[in-house]
Amino acid sequence: MFRRLVEPAGHVTVTIDGRPFSVAAGETLSTALLLAGFAGLRRSARLGRERGPFCGMGVCFDCLVTIDGAANRQACLVRVRDGMAVQTGTRLPALADTVPE
Amino acid sequence: MTRLDLVIVGAGPAGLRAAVEAATGGLSVMLVDEGREPGGQIYRGSESGAFAGTAKLGSDYAAGAVLAAAFRASGVEALFGATVIQIEREADGSFSVSVATGHDKAVVVRARAVIAATGAQERPFPIDGWTLPGVMTAGAAQTMLKADGVVPDGPVVLAGTGPLLYLLAAQYGALGVAIDTLLDTAGPGNWRRALPHVAGFLTSRYAFKGLGLLGKALAATRIIRGVEAVSAIGDTRLSAVTYRKGATERTIPAHVLLLHHGVVPQINLTWSAGAQHRWNAARLAFEPVRDASGQTDVPGLFIAGDSGGIGGAQAAEAEGALAAFGVLRMLRGTAGDDDRIERQWRRRLAVSLRGRAFLDALYAPRQSHLCPPDEVIVCRCEEVTAGDIRKAVRRGAMGPNQVKAFTRAGMGPCQSRMCGLTTVAIIAEETGLSPGDIGHMRLRAPVKPVTVAQIASLSEADERRPTESPSATRPCK
Ligand SMILES: Cc1cc2nc3c(=O)[nH]c(=O)nc-3n(C[C@H](O)[C@H](O)[C@H](O)COP(=O)(O)OP(=O)(O)OC[C@H]3O[C@@H](n4cnc5c(N)ncnc54)[C@H](O)[C@@H]3O)c2cc1C
Ligand code: FES
Repeated sequence: MFRRLVEPAGHVTVTIDGRPFSVAAGETLSTALLLAGFAGLRRSARLGRERGPFCGMGVCFDCLVTIDGAANRQACLVRVRDGMAVQTGTRLPALADTVPE
Repeated sequence: MTRLDLVIVGAGPAGLRAAVEAATGGLSVMLVDEGREPGGQIYRGSESGAFAGTAKLGSDYAAGAVLAAAFRASGVEALFGATVIQIEREADGSFSVSVATGHDKAVVVRARAVIAATGAQERPFPIDGWTLPGVMTAGAAQTMLKADGVVPDGPVVLAGTGPLLYLLAAQYGALGVAIDTLLDTAGPGNWRRALPHVAGFLTSRYAFKGLGLLGKALAATRIIRGVEAVSAIGDTRLSAVTYRKGATERTIPAHVLLLHHGVVPQINLTWSAGAQHRWNAARLAFEPVRDASGQTDVPGLFIAGDSGGIGGAQAAEAEGALAAFGVLRMLRGTAGDDDRIERQWRRRLAVSLRGRAFLDALYAPRQSHLCPPDEVIVCRCEEVTAGDIRKAVRRGAMGPNQVKAFTRAGMGPCQSRMCGLTTVAIIAEETGLSPGDIGHMRLRAPVKPVTVAQIASLSEADERRPTESPSATRPCK
């Protein structure tokens, strides 16, 4: 889906869904996830459909992942760090399920 | 707690220039930005991005490094990777600015004045299938290019309207990145409506630059104009794009679809701070009401750059300077030893705004794309369709807040950033009222979902918490 045009200065290792990946040091996490083949990062609230990064600038919230145990972090606003552990696939609770009519 | 003279939100051209001028004027200043370094949207990555220090993305982009260096030299304290979630004016006229500095941390900064320079976001282009992974905005792809040097692979389609779409095509073209097709969805009457503004355009910097841009993009790409409908096809991933032009409908394979519909001010923060906003019919967007220095009707709250109305990077920088002079005048009674510099910035602002009206008209989205067909999802968070919204209006929901209550559109974590304008457009179409009369959904603080830990750390620091608004946000766990 995406490819690297400019070679990075160095690499770090992150764990995505339990598997280790070598990614460019300092890279935006959402970019690293796309390059690692993770196009869908979370599931939508009502229909449970896969979502990937959409706006790239922190306004759409489709890129939410769990980072080192902290849930619902915007992957497009975070840079990778060596040893970072990322979990994808969270389904946001639909408001319909949590807020009474 | 120490109180600063000024907090600036946003490190784009507006915020950076404001910081430099305010520091030069002797004010104590803190600048906060969600990003990792100075630059904002246009100059994203100009310090450490993949093209830092090169001219490969054009001379406009290269200017960012100079401004970032001036900012670093100003000595202004900067908080990067931090999001301002609330601006509150206290009884004594000063401000409390709540800043989320980590997933479990937040602080309150106090200041006598605030300049919000939060920039623009892309106007949503809701089409069938736009929630599929593989569909992104053109701005998102451009950010990946600037920050990380990463580009689409496999068949890529660009679709929509606006200068940024062509800028991205030209930047890809210059780097040898192939774009399969650019689907231009601008309306057929746009040229006619743009024509009265052509004089301003011809004396603007866009005339030369814009035409050069178009030439480059044209040479490298297959461009299809007058496209009336676009949809994204795929099961769990984008696999193709269908478009319609007149009686012809075609489906082309695509791994990446990049949508763009122009940019509009980010208003959540300033709206929630109580500043008055107004509908701009020419730009099809809500904008804050400001005086010549950018001050709003909340005394001491200034807005500079694209968050006040789209003017582009040069206008943003000029407005940043003018807002800094406005704050200096407010706090010190004078904007400096002589007002020559201020007059220069004011002149620069006027020059940089030339040609804008022409571009607004030329690249205006079609009405049918602002109000998509019933089956299209409008609210991405809660998966509410255009049909759901129309039904709510027909059942008597007259305004966006009622539509929100009926349909849940706007209740998700993005807080209506993705659906607000479309919801208003659909209500306008259904009721015949103008968007100005309809108004936007109420926007409340905190302007991004906060965690329980953030609230706890805020109240520890301050014995206060940001106003909680369960209807507007779903706190992240
Ligand atoms: C995705 C995108 C790409 C663009 N690319 C170009 C381009 O290549 N060329 C061009 O001429 N124009 C581009 N534009 C148009 C752009 O708006 C202007 O050119 C210019 O960047 C505006 O400058 P600014 O200082 O007003 O705001 P911006 O440059 O947008 O800067 C605003 C800053 O505020 C920060 N921010 C926003 N909200 C908060 C908050 N609550 N807390 C903390 N920080 C916050 C953001 O992280 C951002 O860094 C782009 C616009 C967008 C949306
Ligand atoms: S991609 Fe939209 S918030 Fe991250």
